[in-house]
Amino acid sequence: MSGTAWREWLLTDTPHSRMQARAAALYQGWLAFRSNTLAMFGLGILVFLLAVAAFAPVIAPHDPYYQDLANRLQPLGTEGHSLGTDSLGRDILSRLIYGSRITLYIVALVALIAPVAGLIVGTVAGYVGGWVDMVLMRITDIFLAFPRLVLALAFVAALGAGIENAVLAISLTAWPPYARIARAETLTIRNSDYISAVRLQGAGPLRIITKHIWPLCISSLIVRVTLDMAGIILAAAGLGFLGLGAQPPSPEWGAMISEGRRFILDHWWVATMPGLAIFTVSLAFNLLGDGLRDVLDPKSEK
Amino acid sequence: MADRKTEGRPRALFPRWLLRSGVTVGSIAVTMLGLLFVTFMIGRVMPVDPVLAIVGDRASAEVYQQVYERLGLDRPLIVQFAIYLGDVVRGDFGMSILTARPVAEDIARVFPATLELATLGTVIGVAFGVPLGVVAAVRRGSWIDQIARVVALVGYSMPIFWLGLMGLLIFYGILGWVGGPGRVSIFYADMVPPVTGMILVDSALDGNWTVFRDALSHIVLPAALLGYYSLAYISRMTRSFMLEQLSAEYVTTARVKGMSEWAVIWGHAFRNIRVQLITVVALSYAGLLEGSVLTEIIFSWPGIGSYITTALLSADMNAVLGGTVVVGLVFVLLNVASDLLYKFLDPRAK
Repeated sequence: MSGTAWREWLLTDTPHSRMQARAAALYQGWLAFRSNTLAMFGLGILVFLLAVAAFAPVIAPHDPYYQDLANRLQPLGTEGHSLGTDSLGRDILSRLIYGSRITLYIVALVALIAPVAGLIVGTVAGYVGGWVDMVLMRITDIFLAFPRLVLALAFVAALGAGIENAVLAISLTAWPPYARIARAETLTIRNSDYISAVRLQGAGPLRIITKHIWPLCISSLIVRVTLDMAGIILAAAGLGFLGLGAQPPSPEWGAMISEGRRFILDHWWVATMPGLAIFTVSLAFNLLGDGLRDVLDPKSEK
Repeated sequence: MADRKTEGRPRALFPRWLLRSGVTVGSIAVTMLGLLFVTFMIGRVMPVDPVLAIVGDRASAEVYQQVYERLGLDRPLIVQFAIYLGDVVRGDFGMSILTARPVAEDIARVFPATLELATLGTVIGVAFGVPLGVVAAVRRGSWIDQIARVVALVGYSMPIFWLGLMGLLIFYGILGWVGGPGRVSIFYADMVPPVTGMILVDSALDGNWTVFRDALSHIVLPAALLGYYSLAYISRMTRSFMLEQLSAEYVTTARVKGMSEWAVIWGHAFRNIRVQLITVVALSYAGLLEGSVLTEIIFSWPGIGSYITTALLSADMNAVLGGTVVVGLVFVLLNVASDLLYKFLDPRAK
């Protein structure tokens, strides 16, 4: 099919199959999203970040762990080290490039664990109701009541420092809002006619929740996750900065800032560059999240 | 901080105020109990052996056993939790290994520093955030609205510890406009008698304006930093509250009557968002108390954030848990207070 034929197929008022209807909905969402310049800008940055992380060994000019003490603390624009070197003479640009992998790894893991945990808790609470709902929502409230960073700190203290534990700690503090959202969605869906119809056909609670309630919770969760990703990045960087996340010599951005902090007055670029990287990525997630919210959830348009 | 934007708090179903306040008190109690239980469990799964931390590596098995029993570690977990609860209620968080003093005393000493910082930060956030939000709503789509949007977006995306470092580098390192890390310069330390523990207040009470000015030059940067984060949140919320009011019919009516725009905005629309704003400010205040952890470290500010982190890095568990509980309790109380205030001030919530 040619381009225009595709377009017509996608924009038709009378889709012939479920797949076509779905593809059409996606395409229309994409059209709305594409007109949002800032959101596209955010998406662009993230695609770039993914590419950088994927091709890190090809792009990076140096080995991120290679120490060259003769060339330590070289300023910006030094030959062969465009972003300078750190206190052990490691190339900052290469470390930033490899650090993107760690950032994406943390974000991806948290963005998988926390919403799924929240989805399970929220839908079960909303669907089952009664005292199960009460207990689960009380637990959710307790975790919401905790200041997040402090709770994450305490968790990491208990589990020991390291990336995996940082991911766990951040997830443990991040799931309650998802549970709230999923529960609210479930409550509105639970009594609708099609659920009754499915139930009359003999579907059990497990099937109803996983096949008929979860799919409808997904879009609001996706928006929320995208908006939260900036916060996740900042939390991970904060833990790294405190020495509780990724451990040296790993090129995690927060840890790099903490390293550069000692020379901030004389060698400003060592701490500045990783901070700019964190800022750019979390800004991109915020822009993307705003755009997705406008597309997927027109109610909340400001 | 993003959580609080979308989450409404569940309201009690019973119409009578007595039942309702009973439910409120009950749910606060449950939340606090849960909070204590979580910290208690964190303390139990900790890889640090609390007995070894006291007796040291070379203690005999006998001594070890004695301390083990004295700490109540041989009792069932639920009994241990009850004992822990009793201690916390009496304000006993155990001894800090690092400072060799009761944790409660340490916290009482460091907390005013955090309070001072967060308060000033909130004041800055409100002073700039509210007008910015109002103007952004009134001139929706104008360049001011765009700037307000960017300011908030950058605030949500910037790592606070990095911004703090950059601030130190520029305003202290290069320009020399403000004092460096710490609460006062070293030669002014301990010069004013501590009354409230907040150095600005203490030096003012003492009439020692030299120290006051010095303390001010030290606090202005971290407070502005926290204020910026609070501003980002407050201005966005103010804007969306205002937009809601400005599209209401009574605003059109007021305009049609020939009321001045100023009176419409501040006399009518703004009056109606004050209650919502109080809630937002309280939440942002609670957020700053927590958010100051990283800021305090950057600015060597001897508050509760620095205290918890230092304790954490030296495996001083009593101090970490005590600090966590105190921050958590303050956080919950501020949330509850803002909730109650909302119900109290907004006639519709009754």
